[in-house]
Parts: sequence; C-alpha cells; structure tokens
Amino acid sequence: MSMTEETPIPKRPSGFWSYANPVKFLGFSERVLPALCWLSGLCLVVGLIWGFFFTPDDFRQGSTVKIIYLHVPSALMAINAWFMMLVASLIWIIRRHHVSALAAKAAAPVGVVMTLIALFTGAVWGQPMWGTWWAWDPRLTSFLILFLFYLGYMALWAAIDDPDTAADLTSVLCLVGSVFAVLSRYAVNFWNQGLHQGASLSLDKEENVADVFYFPLLVCIAGFVLIFLALVLYRTGTEIRLRRTRALQAREEARS
Amino acid sequence: MTLTIRDLCVARGGLPVLEGLNFSLAPGQALILRGPNGSGKTTLLRTLAGLQPPLSGEIIAGEDQIAYAAHSDGLKAMLTVAENLTFWADVFGQRDIETAIDAFSLDPLRDRLAGTLSAGQKRRLGLARMLITGRPIWMLDEPTVSLDVDAVALFASAVRAHLGAGGAALIATHIDLGLEAEVLDVTPFRAAHDARLGASDEAFL
Amino acid sequence: MKALLRRDLILAIRAGGGFGLGLAFFLIVTVLVPFGVGPQSELLSRIAPGILWLGALLACLLSLDRLLALDWEDGTLDLLATSPLPLEAALSIKALAHWITTGLPLVLAAPVFGVLLSLPQPGYFWLVISLVLGTPALSVIGTFGAALTVGVKRGGLLMSLLVLPLYVPTLIFGAEVARRGAEGMQTTTPLLMLAGITLGVIAIMPFASAVALRVNLR
Repeated sequence: MSMTEETPIPKRPSGFWSYANPVKFLGFSERVLPALCWLSGLCLVVGLIWGFFFTPDDFRQGSTVKIIYLHVPSALMAINAWFMMLVASLIWIIRRHHVSALAAKAAAPVGVVMTLIALFTGAVWGQPMWGTWWAWDPRLTSFLILFLFYLGYMALWAAIDDPDTAADLTSVLCLVGSVFAVLSRYAVNFWNQGLHQGASLSLDKEENVADVFYFPLLVCIAGFVLIFLALVLYRTGTEIRLRRTRALQAREEARS
Repeated sequence: MTLTIRDLCVARGGLPVLEGLNFSLAPGQALILRGPNGSGKTTLLRTLAGLQPPLSGEIIAGEDQIAYAAHSDGLKAMLTVAENLTFWADVFGQRDIETAIDAFSLDPLRDRLAGTLSAGQKRRLGLARMLITGRPIWMLDEPTVSLDVDAVALFASAVRAHLGAGGAALIATHIDLGLEAEVLDVTPFRAAHDARLGASDEAFL
Repeated sequence: MKALLRRDLILAIRAGGGFGLGLAFFLIVTVLVPFGVGPQSELLSRIAPGILWLGALLACLLSLDRLLALDWEDGTLDLLATSPLPLEAALSIKALAHWITTGLPLVLAAPVFGVLLSLPQPGYFWLVISLVLGTPALSVIGTFGAALTVGVKRGGLLMSLLVLPLYVPTLIFGAEVARRGAEGMQTTTPLLMLAGITLGVIAIMPFASAVALRVNLR
C-alpha cells in the first residue's frame, strides 16, 4: 500500500533520550559492556583481596568482620536496584520507552540476588556475633520483606504474556510496592521496638568502621555498583533481543 | 452526536491490524462491519468503545455517547432477568426497563434466573441492555449469535426503532438483518506490516 | 453506585459461600492453632491477638480471587468500564462489598474465636477495634491485587504473592493494637498508625486498582 511512504517517520530525539531507541541502546551497551565488566572485576578483586588479607582483625569481632566487604555492598545494591526499577517504571509510565520497562525487568533478578547475598552473609556474620543465624532485627526483617516484593514483581512479569501489559502492570506494582516497602520499614521498626528491648543486636556500621576498613569497603562498593550496571545492561540487551525476535516472528506470521 | 473516525489505526497485541479507517456515522444511520475472522472488527469496536487506545488517528464523538455490547453479555446467573436489567438501568442512570423487556419479548422470562435461560434467551437479554443504556450510538459485536429467526427479527426491529429515534448503530455481523445500512468491509484496511505505525513491537525492528 | 453494591451483596448471598466461607476458614484456623502449639492457656492467650489477626487476614485473602474474576469472565467488567460509573468508584464499591461480606463477619466473629484462644479480658474490645479499622484496608489492597491479576489464568497463587507483602504494615499495626490491648498497655500510637494506613489506602488505592484494571481490559 502507498501508506508506507506517507507515514511520517517521527523525528529522532537527541541526547539522553535517544538511547530509549532499542537499536541505539544495544549499540551503546555493546560498546561499554566490556569496559564495565573489566572495571567491575578489577574493583572486586582489588577490594576483596585488600579487605580480606590486608586489613587487621577487629579487636572485638576478630576476622568475621571481613564479611562486611560482601554484606554492605550487596545490601546497598539490593535497595538501589529496587530504586532503579522504580525510576525505570516511572519513565515507562510517563514516556513509554520500551528500553526503560525492559531495564526494570532486567534489574529485578539482579536485585533479588543482591538481597539474597545480603541476607546470607548477614546470617553467616550473625552466627558467630549474635549466636544465631537469624534474628528479627528491623534491618534483617526489612530485607526479607524486600525479598518478597522482588519475588512478587518477578512473578507478575512472568505470568503475563503480552509484554506491554506486563510492563504496565509491573510498573504500577513497583510504584505501589515502593510506598508499601517504605511503610513496612517503619512498621517493622516500630514492631521490633515493641517486642524487644532496644536493638542491641544490630551494629551501626557507620560508627564502627575505621579508615583501615573503610577504603577497601569503598572499592568493593564501587565494584558492586559496576557489576550491577554491567549485569543490568547485559540483561536488558537480552530482553531487547527477545522482543526483537518476537516482533520479527509476529511480522512473518502476519505476512503469511 | 455524529461519530467521526479519521485516519484511525488500531492494534491488537502490539501489532497494527487495521489502518487508514475513515468513516462517519450520523444520527439515524447504521453501518455494518464485514470482514473475515481475525480481521480486526472486535478490536475496532473495542477501540471505539474506549476500552483500548487507538494507535493513531482520531475518534470524534461526544462524551458518554457509545454503548457497547461484547461477545459476552455480562449477565449474572444468580439474578433474575428483571434484576439484571434494573442493575444496568441504575448504572446508566435510567429508570425504564419495560421498553427493553417488551422490545425483546422478555416478559414471560422476567422472573427467571438468568442462569436458567437458553443461549438465545441470554443473548436477547444482553441486547435488551442496549436499550436501557439510553445512549445514542450502539456498538454491537456479532449480536445475532445463537439467535433464532424470530429473535433476529426482533433485534432488527429494535435497531430500526433506535435509528428512527435518531440513534446510530455500528454492527459487526455476517447475517443480513434487512436494515437500510451501508456495509463497510474492513479487509482493504488491513494494516500493511511494513508500515511504521508506532505499534509497540515495531520499536524493536 | 448503590446498584453495584446491592448487586454484589445479593450475588454474595444467593451464590452462597460469600458470607460463610471466609468465616468457616477463620474458625478452622483458630481451631487448628492449639493443635499446633499445644493447649496451655497462658501460651494461647499470649499469641491469641496475633493468631486472630493472621486468621482474619488469610480468610480475607481467600475470597479475593472471586472479587473481580467472575465479573471478568462474564464480560461485566468490559461493560462497567464503558458505563458512566468511573472505574475507580466501581472498584471502591466492590471493595466495600467485599468488606461487608468478608471483613465485617470476621470482625463480629473474632470475639467468639477469642474465647477459644483464651484471649485476656481487656483484649476483646481492642481486638474488635483493630479489626474494624484494619480489615477495610485488607479489602482495598486486595482489590488492587485482584485488578493486577484478573487477566491471569489461575492467578490466585500469584495474587497471594503480590498481596501478602502489601499487608505487612496493616498486620503489624493491627496485631500490635490487639496485643497491647490484651496486655493492658497504651494503644494510641499503633491505633493511629493503623487508622492512618487504612484511610490513606482507601483514598489512594482505588486509583492504582483502576489503572491496573484498565490495562487488563485493553
């Protein structure tokens, strides 16, 4: 039909939003991915070796303190991954960029693994320190709830066939879930105060950490941020290719 | 209250199905939609009824003008015929259900539970709902499914009365209703799949 | 709007199971708990507020998948969406109908079940108050979950997974009111928090539910 020529091709946006175009995004992510991977690997290796072997044992906690180099960065990324999903969901709802929705989808499994690492290392750390693998400390409980939110979010993505419908619904869930996650955090704080006498079990990391521990920790955090970015970019690329395959298949079917 | 469609493109599941649709529906006019299965008639009706957004183009109609009847009638099996109709009358801010009951000769069934009706009787009840909405533009998706000859005649006369009262109707059907109506075959408007129409999946090509 | 409420209530009565099922479930949970933890009445009376809240919450959850699924299957939701009634209002009404058929009976029955778990004397009043304030939030949040999963076949399990984490704040504050009440402590703070959450949820959630439902109707 002659419609093809008449349909105006929309003007391509420039700057940041131009990466909302899946093809351009793929090109970009392919260029930066190798660098990101190497850099994150370097940071993690340097940070962990420095942290594990070249810092003194803590006078109170002994060598168990060194799990901090996995625990704190992963906990940080567990929260930030959800925050990134929230921002990406908002961008999808407001500007309808597919890449944004797919990035949110791609970030969820990474975030859930970070949450698991944080919970697991927390348990391993807690066992010698507190004498128990698990305590219903407000922080721990909040992370467990965050884990549940991640599970629900991923399950909703998996349950819905139409990708745009799934993107819309998961975005709404992410927004609502964020509000309830914050509410739960405060509720849990309140609840635990009500049950136990003070939070004697939880450590306040900022106050405890001396400079010798602090710098390798920073390197580890940088490593976790970079590996998160690398994984999300990679997974987003995979999601885009999946959608592309789907679109091509649909077009073939429609032609025949 | 004329319904005007300008250069409309509708999509189903992220793929455009119909494009370049232009037509208008004036008071007193009926338009029959034809086209093979899967050609996008239901998608078009759902888009016009406001259940899904069009991909591009304009739908010009007044606020709250369109009444839509889908494949399923939205009947509650545990409510009687009269209760089903009264419910929809209340929702649409109307009072009178008698006209609708008469028009589709539902009076003998009035106090039967909708769950005990036959398929054709249910369909009649579903169509009677259109009279109750009090809205001028009817969108009917295969209204005559499971209706017998007499019921089809009832339906045709209800549509005729609606048109005579200044209403309009857009009907997707394969049966000749004996109405003075134009026929719109949607086949030529099938979306060309090379066209970039902005459907969701095309961003990835 | 009144018509929709009346219709939902009539359907709940005629279809059966609307009022009774959740209540029966609540009773069974209450009966099973002593089998699980033992019959010592001091232990039971300590955990009674929490068990009763948890039972009410699960009973509420149990009936959620009927909330929109039936109207989805027979096309009523399509027709409602094209009616003059705003979808937000329709969903609020459906949540209200769900509360009347599920939450309200639970509130009324909770004191009776409290006897089974030897709830301490001052606890009855606060248990009822906390349930009255909390269960509407459960219905409204549940409507959101139902709207999200209405297009999913066999979405019941998925909906539980989505809805239960959202119930955390309500459960914490609700059970806290009941617990403090039972122990004769001050209940003002959790009571205000519970009421605040319920009011906020009633005010805002229907909009999120309507967005989700519109997406599903597309």
